Amino acid sequence: MRVLIIVPAFNEEGNIKTVITNIREISKDFDIVVINDCSKDKTEYIARSLKVNVISLPMNLGIGGAVQAGFKYAYENNYDIAIQVDGDGQHNPKYIKKLIFPLKKGDADVVNGSRFIDKKGFQSNFFRRLGIRFFQLLINILVRCNITDSTSGFRSYNAKAIELLKDNYPIDFPEPEAIIFLKKRQFRIIEVPVQMESRVAGISSISVFKSIYYMIKVSVSIIIEFVRSNNG
Amino acid sequence: MDKIQILLIVVSVLFVLFVLQLTRKKKLREGYSLIWFFLGLILLFFSVFRGIIDPLAAFVGIKVAPFIIIPFLIFVTFLLGMHFSIIISKLAEENKKLIQEVALLKNRIEKLEMEKESKI
Repeated sequence: MRVLIIVPAFNEEGNIKTVITNIREISKDFDIVVINDCSKDKTEYIARSLKVNVISLPMNLGIGGAVQAGFKYAYENNYDIAIQVDGDGQHNPKYIKKLIFPLKKGDADVVNGSRFIDKKGFQSNFFRRLGIRFFQLLINILVRCNITDSTSGFRSYNAKAIELLKDNYPIDFPEPEAIIFLKKRQFRIIEVPVQMESRVAGISSISVFKSIYYMIKVSVSIIIEFVRSNNG
Repeated sequence: MDKIQILLIVVSVLFVLFVLQLTRKKKLREGYSLIWFFLGLILLFFSVFRGIIDPLAAFVGIKVAPFIIIPFLIFVTFLLGMHFSIIISKLAEENKKLIQEVALLKNRIEKLEMEKESKI
């Protein structure tokens, strides 16, 4: 099975080297593609010096657009599995194999890495956890699926999911919305426990002021995605 | 016909001609010019048949006839705003696709060039 690791990166010059090195330490069998989302720092230079495949977006698209470019690449190059591992170092590559395993067995179409099953590692702050709880409830009510960490981008997708998402992936804060989108189309989503790290260098793309906007936007998107027709 | 009516008719006609000219010179797309063209025609219609305003206002229950313009303008402004939001959303989606395609193609060219170099 051909496995592609999609590493979206926006201004991650301080983290990208560690991320790539850590992935390579896990296994040499995985192909890596860094999606450089028009970083203003040395992210692209560092990635290229590591001899890793880099797709450089000519304009900044945001995490959704960057990951979607990765899906398109995975689809065009016939990968069986794609995994998103963020370039900020929050996703520990040692869980990649755990994320792939259910896909290889054919038990799921999408595997979501959740930091709230074992409750170990970086747990985010109280307000974020509250927000994630709220999304969990909302998703549970709408599509009857228990996703404890819907904001996690640490996910693996099989070819069927890649094919669908390459043309349908929300541009900003895409993770919770994608769950609804996939679940409505009878995709099997399961969660496995992972640990996340608090970011090592740089600043998170979601600031405190953005949090309220984030909550409202994602809630509205989830509900709109739910009422949207499957063909649209 | 008093001065103000003549002025209004002239302005409305000029507006319609302006829209036509922009469309003709391809500075405004046909599809997008329609909404302005209709707006111009409505203005022209009410400038010519200004007598309609009073019974129309009475009909919808507005006591001072000229005030009918306020809800009308708000409605048109909202509609135009929506119209542009829709267009911008469409453009943004198309733009995203283009950005992704360009990036993927550049990546492919890089690889092909590397292959070519390694062969030489």
